[in-house]
Amino acid sequence: MDIDLILRVYPFFLKAALVTIQLSVLTVALGLLCGSLGAAARLSRSWGLRLIGATYVSVIRGTPALIQLFILYFGGPQIGIQLDAFEAGVIGLGVNIGAYMTETIRGAIVAVDKGQTEAARTLGLSRSETMRKVILPQAARLMIRPLGVNINAQIKGTALVAAISVVELTYTAQRYIGSTYKPFEMFLLAGAIYMVIIHVTGLGVSWLDRRARIT
Amino acid sequence: MTEKPFIDIRHAAKSYGALEVLKDISLQVQKGQIVAIIGPSGSGKSTLLRAINDLDPLTSGEVWLEDMLVNKPLSPRQYERHINQMRQQIGMVFQHFNLFPHLTVRGNITLAPKMLKKLSDAEANALAERQLAHVGMLDRIDYYPSQLSGGQKQRVAIARALAMEPKVMLFDEVTSALDPELVEEVNLAMKKLAEEHMTMIIVTHEMGFAQDVCDRVLFMDQGVVVEEGPPEVIFRAPKHERTRNFLRKHLQGNAQ
Amino acid sequence: MGLDFTVLPAFFALLLVGAGWTIAITVAAAILSFFGGIFLAVIALYGPAVLRYPFRLFAWLFMGTPLLLQLFLIYFGLIQIGIDLPAFVAGVIGLGLHFAVYNSDIIQAGILAVDRGQYEGARTLGLSRVQTIARIVVPQAVRSVIPPIGNNMIALLKDSALVSVIGVTELTLTAQLAISRTFRPFEFYLAAAACYYLINLVLEAGLRHIERRIQMAR
Repeated sequence: MDIDLILRVYPFFLKAALVTIQLSVLTVALGLLCGSLGAAARLSRSWGLRLIGATYVSVIRGTPALIQLFILYFGGPQIGIQLDAFEAGVIGLGVNIGAYMTETIRGAIVAVDKGQTEAARTLGLSRSETMRKVILPQAARLMIRPLGVNINAQIKGTALVAAISVVELTYTAQRYIGSTYKPFEMFLLAGAIYMVIIHVTGLGVSWLDRRARIT
Repeated sequence: MTEKPFIDIRHAAKSYGALEVLKDISLQVQKGQIVAIIGPSGSGKSTLLRAINDLDPLTSGEVWLEDMLVNKPLSPRQYERHINQMRQQIGMVFQHFNLFPHLTVRGNITLAPKMLKKLSDAEANALAERQLAHVGMLDRIDYYPSQLSGGQKQRVAIARALAMEPKVMLFDEVTSALDPELVEEVNLAMKKLAEEHMTMIIVTHEMGFAQDVCDRVLFMDQGVVVEEGPPEVIFRAPKHERTRNFLRKHLQGNAQ
Repeated sequence: MGLDFTVLPAFFALLLVGAGWTIAITVAAAILSFFGGIFLAVIALYGPAVLRYPFRLFAWLFMGTPLLLQLFLIYFGLIQIGIDLPAFVAGVIGLGLHFAVYNSDIIQAGILAVDRGQYEGARTLGLSRVQTIARIVVPQAVRSVIPPIGNNMIALLKDSALVSVIGVTELTLTAQLAISRTFRPFEFYLAAAACYYLINLVLEAGLRHIERRIQMAR
């Protein structure tokens, strides 16, 4: 193990980690937005919206995220979409994780007991009032853990943008492997940083989950 | 008929494909009357009850509350507004309470009055306190449903329905999911309501309660009303063999 | 620049070969990850401490880091210690190990869920500890966790695109080859996506079939 090398290069890894964190935050935020819209579409009364929601989920989950990213970044200019690599990474991966989050959010909403809807409707609440005041507050608690799983996957998933040369953790590790021929050390360094990001996020998710359970 | 019926169910029928759950049932209930519906499981009694506020829509037939048609054929959008109006006037209590677990007792009771009747916080709180006092649950106003016993939950559910000041109350086997020692407190709350002349339709397995509290008893089996009449006739001198069989089994079961 | 899908047919054969390699690498890695997952699960639960803890550390490390990073480690790491494997083999090992760790997690839960009575029943018949684990507990556990393992196989198919980065000439890389000659990324990546989607549909149908078969055998 080449400790000297690790000590020499770790500042570059930390800088790259900031990009990974930025990517994670932005893609998760966009994913939550897409997931909420997707779930709303999939649970809509309009068959047109349901079809759109189902197609979104099926196409995105049926094809590799890497290809989706390539279509957006390399193919985008052909249809008038000019994005730099970071923007393409955020949009491509955000829309991708959004399809998985659509299913998570939908699952949590469907999992709320049917009696809750009946009770609210019996009191005279409309469909949307029932959803807002009765179902969503309960579904929100149910979805914290599974969304945490999605977020955990997405943090690791940000590594894909290395393939379009965004200088984040995995790209940095790859470059240093190429220049130093020390794959093991570079893996451990980048891996340790990923572990810290993932475990800190995991603690946050558990904290939210516990808090939601108490009330 | 001297009086115009308060609730008028006309030729109610419901089927799932080839399975007929309700077969041409008509039922009139006068204002202030208390009607018990008894019968074996699968007889259609809950389905009939849930058709009154259109929770389980009928395949054909009409449900009237005073001079308003509950299951009016309307466009989906108009119907949504109409049925929400109607349901505010028809209270319902369920077997499994269906309290909202994310809200306190207070929140459960004030939710609909605040949203639909636009009551202020102060008005809604006063209403909640009044209704809870009525069912003897005022001291639990800031508890969450998970902190209550089954009997307490059901009393809160009754208070929640009453807070909308409904014209009629529907009870769907409200004591079936309770431990035996908790049944009485819920029955008491319902008796109190009966003494105040609330119009009530009660689907129940409690023959004793039906006998004590109700003005009329309907015995349903296989989607039809087999027999109906005052409780003393139905329980003492039923005319039909099916009613006799059912009561024999049930009264034995209760005696154990 | 616009779109022009008429460039696709000329490269049809190339993409087909790529798709074939994608299927090959997916199947090979799936087999490795399945048996690797069972092996890891048994070691993690029943192995001697000297094996158990390093294996758990390995699993923890592999579940917390990106697959792409692991592929770089394995590809370049093997070269560094003097093992120059073809990219395909490195890809299979990388994908296989990655998903073996995830499968192992699922299988461990399955093993723990097998009724204790099954274990005791087998021991009472005179089976040894190893026999009981191998013949009674693990087969039941694996059967009960086929659906989530199936989901991992679907994820594996899509993640196989990543091995293009270490130079395995599968579907994604053949699309890139075609693009380098035609400069039409949109058309060829879209065509590749369609191929993945089709393979995915077939895989899902196959998994559903297997699940039904196993459901009947339970």
